[in-house]
Amino acid sequence: MTNSVAEIEKAPVIFIIGSNTTEAHPVISYRVKKAAREGSKIIVADPRRIELAEYADIWMQHRPGTDVALLNGLIHIILKENLWDRKFVEERTEGFSELEKAVSKFTPELVSQITGVPTEQLTEAARIYSTADAASILYAMGITQHVSGTDNVLTLANLAMLTGNLGKPNAGVNPLRGQNNVQGACDMGGLPNVYPGYQKVDDPAVAAKFAESWGNVPGNEPGLTMMEMMEAAEKGDIKALYIMGENPVLSEPDSTHSKENLSALDFLVVQDIFLSETAELADVVLPGVSFAEKEGTFTNTERRVQRVRQGIRPLEGAMGDWKITLELAKRMGYDWKYNSPEEIFNEMAALTPSYAGIDYDRIEKQGLQWPCPDKNHPGTRYLHQGKFPRGKGKFHGIDFIPPAELPDEEYPFLLTTGRKLTHYHTGTLSRRSSGLSTIDPEEMVEINPKDAEALGLEEGDKMLIASRRGEVTARAKPTERVPEKMIFMTFHFSESAANVLTNPVLDPVAKIPEFKVCGVKIKKDE
Amino acid sequence: MAEISVKINGQEVQIEKGKTLLQACEELGIDVPTLCYHPRVAIEGACRLCMVEDKKSGQLIASCTLEADDGMEIETESPRVVEARKLVLDLLLASHDVDCFACERNGDCRLQDYSYRYGIERTAFPGERREFPIDNQNPFFERDYNRCIQCGLCVRACHEIPQAGAIDFANRGFSSEIATPFNVPLEDSTCVFCGMCVELCPVGALVPRLDRFTGRPWEIEKVRTTCAYCGVGCQIELNVNEDRVVGISGYGESEPNYGDLCVKGKFGWDYIHHPERLTAPLVRKEGKLVPTSWEEALDYTARKFKEIKEEHGGDALGGLTSAKCTNEENYLFQKFVRAALATHNVDHCARL
Repeated sequence: MTNSVAEIEKAPVIFIIGSNTTEAHPVISYRVKKAAREGSKIIVADPRRIELAEYADIWMQHRPGTDVALLNGLIHIILKENLWDRKFVEERTEGFSELEKAVSKFTPELVSQITGVPTEQLTEAARIYSTADAASILYAMGITQHVSGTDNVLTLANLAMLTGNLGKPNAGVNPLRGQNNVQGACDMGGLPNVYPGYQKVDDPAVAAKFAESWGNVPGNEPGLTMMEMMEAAEKGDIKALYIMGENPVLSEPDSTHSKENLSALDFLVVQDIFLSETAELADVVLPGVSFAEKEGTFTNTERRVQRVRQGIRPLEGAMGDWKITLELAKRMGYDWKYNSPEEIFNEMAALTPSYAGIDYDRIEKQGLQWPCPDKNHPGTRYLHQGKFPRGKGKFHGIDFIPPAELPDEEYPFLLTTGRKLTHYHTGTLSRRSSGLSTIDPEEMVEINPKDAEALGLEEGDKMLIASRRGEVTARAKPTERVPEKMIFMTFHFSESAANVLTNPVLDPVAKIPEFKVCGVKIKKDE
Repeated sequence: MAEISVKINGQEVQIEKGKTLLQACEELGIDVPTLCYHPRVAIEGACRLCMVEDKKSGQLIASCTLEADDGMEIETESPRVVEARKLVLDLLLASHDVDCFACERNGDCRLQDYSYRYGIERTAFPGERREFPIDNQNPFFERDYNRCIQCGLCVRACHEIPQAGAIDFANRGFSSEIATPFNVPLEDSTCVFCGMCVELCPVGALVPRLDRFTGRPWEIEKVRTTCAYCGVGCQIELNVNEDRVVGISGYGESEPNYGDLCVKGKFGWDYIHHPERLTAPLVRKEGKLVPTSWEEALDYTARKFKEIKEEHGGDALGGLTSAKCTNEENYLFQKFVRAALATHNVDHCARL
């Protein structure tokens, strides 16, 4: 997030797009609801009638994958009605003419045609967002998991810059991160193109710095992303994978294919606390520990580095995850000396400018938000105050491209996927929690009552859902939450794995798969 | 900010204008008993236990609702105050199931503490009592309204925090109770099982089912940590007894959640002790994963990595690090992949 969780309830306008906040980030949704009750205006854009739609002043039900058109449409109106922040644009940004050019064709009429949103709603939303003293954008995977994911994010940035909603409190472009430490895993260099702190692997000075600390580093060429590693495994270019606490068999698109890829490896090592669907394929499974058994830190969605404290000893026979990695390193000839996670943190902080001012003592009572470059720095509540990291904020002219696989005659329904309140990710943890698994034991596919009726489906009936990749069965839950010709599934349940169906096509820049749109066909499973 | 001056128990205190008498007392470290007050939700003034005496007017006033005024003189434990509080507690006990030994909150119950503090052994109003069946239909928490004191904290928590509006007061007077609309089971109501009602309940009326009979409050150690579900990073406390996690509570004094939780954070922790937890390394032998020693598993893994690296180069290897693991584990993992396996092929499921 550019801004902080605590700022959400103070935002006069909150624009939520591609985030089912009440289910995926419940505590943040409490802040949105509080703001709504205290008079903030809420704009929701979502193809489903999510719970926050009930709290919204405007709910735009746009078609899945038409976000760029929708947002360019809003920008078009803001420009035409002269509602943009001329001072911010002149002082803080560049590339304005590119933006003007790109959005000129996105008239309300065209946008309405593409998105299905009435023109009056577009105008009203554009006016509310652009005339607020501060407006906060909240988004999640509904924005990013598209072939146009990067375009979607850039268009949100265009909208925020055009209206001066960056670099000040209660505003910003705020991705809500889905996993407890997905922010931290990125910050720590768990990415093929960067060392910790987003320091690029192809920067020789950076490489030299890490080589000096670590002894040796690989070359300056970025490595492969997860999806690329999967493909390389299939081709035999990657022979071995070491997977820690991830379950790609269920979380990747086109699971059948992912499973084949992993099976093609010479050697697969999985470190986990349960025998996950991925661990079942492994040659070696190493039992790590849960968060209750470890010391360390997580970094949350607002960049706040917070302590994780050990409440219980590791289960008999399991080993702390850092110790496992350390033992492997030792056996490979790297005798790294760390006596505690704190020592690892301190080494990392010394090499990572945005974490340099953080240590365990400073975050004992309350976490600090990076960037925190030195020990006296109070941390950063909101980013981009005064200037952007690159200097001027750059507008990108973005055109609309439709999703890669839309429904057609053979696969007439649109499948979109996501999470629900009572479960988490691939269900490895939540489905082993007695309360959660009792209240929500299995997949319930959301389908519009009209479609359900046409297919002869009643609540709880089994349905067969097939895409070009594979097929699964799951029970039907007719609901007005989804529009006609669209169904919604989660990826929590291995026996109805939605990712058997999803399309593995990637956003060309971020390499994120298009989980939010693919074509499927449905019939009642007799 | 304008400051005003109030005298409490003979002690002069300067406080910000707009603060309540209860807050003024808190600042002075004076313990005024409350049951229906909680800083997370709106003030209701329902229990009348926080009454204090206004020396000038001689009136008893609820300190939680009244804004302090300049020049006020207040007594918090005058004979009249004590007498009033005793009556309040006595009346509460008249319709409370005082079966403390079976109650999860025994030893961590404000009703119990205040009754002891004011020397009440048993109610002076034995008479008709209402009996409620214990509701343990939902898988998360038990509702025993025989212990309910109708402070209304659960109702306010439900309406104000998740804004679920699943429960409210039903009926009037002696018949009043906390209920869902038409008394439907919670699972069929708008309840989202965030557990905020359970968190705020000052007595033993709402108790997590998993926590039942796993330890007395004084046996439980609270260890502050960060929730491991979504990316909000809620601050929580592990409730630990005899090296087992037996519950989770919200930590109220810090960003980002100030004590708020959701169903996963509050109730979704028992996977920690699930019987399917892996407790020995497994190595595939003749097609099957079989338990083995740590020495063997680690030696074998390191040897295979080394062989592949030597034969095909580092780029024939790769690692997926974890959005669930700590920063320290992630840092070490990518260092291992880069320095020991000699490749930049490291990624995780940030995109998924």
